[in-house]
Amino acid sequence: MRHFIEALEEFEQKLLEMAGLVEAAIHKSVLSLTEREESHAEAVLRNEARINQMEIEIDDFAVRLLALYQPMAKDLRFLTAGIKINSDLERMGDLAVNIVERALSLMHEPPVKPLIDIPELARLTEGMVHKSLDAFVKRDSALAREVLLSDDAVDNLRDSIYGELKAFMQRDPSTISRALDLIFVARNLERIADHATNIAEDVLFLVQGVDVRHHAEARQ
Amino acid sequence: MTDVIEIPPGAAPRRAEAFKPKLHVSNLNFYYGEKQVLHDVAVAVPPNRVTALIGPSGCGKSTFLRTLNRMYEAVPRTRAEGIVTLDGEDVLSMDVVRLRRRVGMVFQKSNPFPKSIFENVAYGLRVNGRMRKREIEEAVEHSLRRAAIWDEVKGHLHDSAHALSGGQQQRLCIARALAVNPEVLLLDEPCSALDPIATAKIEELMFVLKESCTIVIVTHNMQQAARVAEYTGFFLLGRLIEFNKTEVIFKRPAKKETEDYITGRFG
Repeated sequence: MRHFIEALEEFEQKLLEMAGLVEAAIHKSVLSLTEREESHAEAVLRNEARINQMEIEIDDFAVRLLALYQPMAKDLRFLTAGIKINSDLERMGDLAVNIVERALSLMHEPPVKPLIDIPELARLTEGMVHKSLDAFVKRDSALAREVLLSDDAVDNLRDSIYGELKAFMQRDPSTISRALDLIFVARNLERIADHATNIAEDVLFLVQGVDVRHHAEARQ
Repeated sequence: MTDVIEIPPGAAPRRAEAFKPKLHVSNLNFYYGEKQVLHDVAVAVPPNRVTALIGPSGCGKSTFLRTLNRMYEAVPRTRAEGIVTLDGEDVLSMDVVRLRRRVGMVFQKSNPFPKSIFENVAYGLRVNGRMRKREIEEAVEHSLRRAAIWDEVKGHLHDSAHALSGGQQQRLCIARALAVNPEVLLLDEPCSALDPIATAKIEELMFVLKESCTIVIVTHNMQQAARVAEYTGFFLLGRLIEFNKTEVIFKRPAKKETEDYITGRFG
């Protein structure tokens, strides 16, 4: 039994290491855009393979623990939540790479406009990611619920960014390519926030055993 | 007792199942001499389902099982107090032969009589009443088929039961219990001495048998409880700590004691 508890702790450590890499990737992807700094972009691209590798290792580890120990109750919820969080983290890493690709294409073009709303969207998104992982570490369902509630603000901001950029493109078709890049950046940030929401839902399942996915009323 | 019981106490499962209990137990206390080993146990056992009882050694789960057909009466200075009913009839005062015909039991260690395979199953039928030879033969075959052992023994029904493997002996004991058409089958760790293949056969059997009878199984193997039972009760120190749908017990038990036990953090 002691071996199993130690193995669970090791599993959580690996997951948190992965989370650290992904948080850094998201942060650097945003910096590569706002600071027009290629080194940040390169760091994200370099780390992608490591994140993918970790996803596989964590999945293998989880399957091994399920097979060898047939965990029950909170251990079962922990491992199944962990598997899902792992997959969300990997997707977030991919989305950070998408942002970097847009940032690299924008880096050598004149800006369409000063970036205000996208950094704000990034701030909200990174906050959600951090909070969802914090909720996981602390097994804090109240914090997880806060993440679920902040998703609407992210969606609204993304919509207003779309609207503004659409107006730019209509006024001046020469901005289309750059504005589209920014629209994709906003979309990728919003998708990252969705994955943070998934993690928060997994934390609620882990802590309380409730499934709140696709049930708005249960989130309250 | 005709009331419909809404299961369960503790955390409510998503879809509570309303049923008229096959066995209904309340305020059950049990004593070995001066020593009280069951405290105020209350449970409603649903009909045509498998109910598993889990808990550490000495927690009272086997004693509880034995109160359901008064098998404890074989042990001197034992006493059960409280209410146990079978379809509303008082189990504790019922004629014991009639009770045990209605509530059969299979034990941890297979215990076939030192007789032939055929006679093991026919024995209960002969004790229970006059039947023609032909009827007995049919009933034996039927019971052996229900216990999923017919194909393995049909060619040598008159060989000694002790020549069978452990898993076959246990299925023979199930056939013997089934011969008198019990309404309830009590299984006390029926697979603890069996290999995984023999265990799988008995578990498969439970799925079929529950269509015609109610099964209560005591098991130390939690994966087995999770596999075969719709309902699970957790006993600790003579008390029924938690009773609920099996899925709830193993996914999200309501009581810390249950969680500690099933996740191995007990003691």
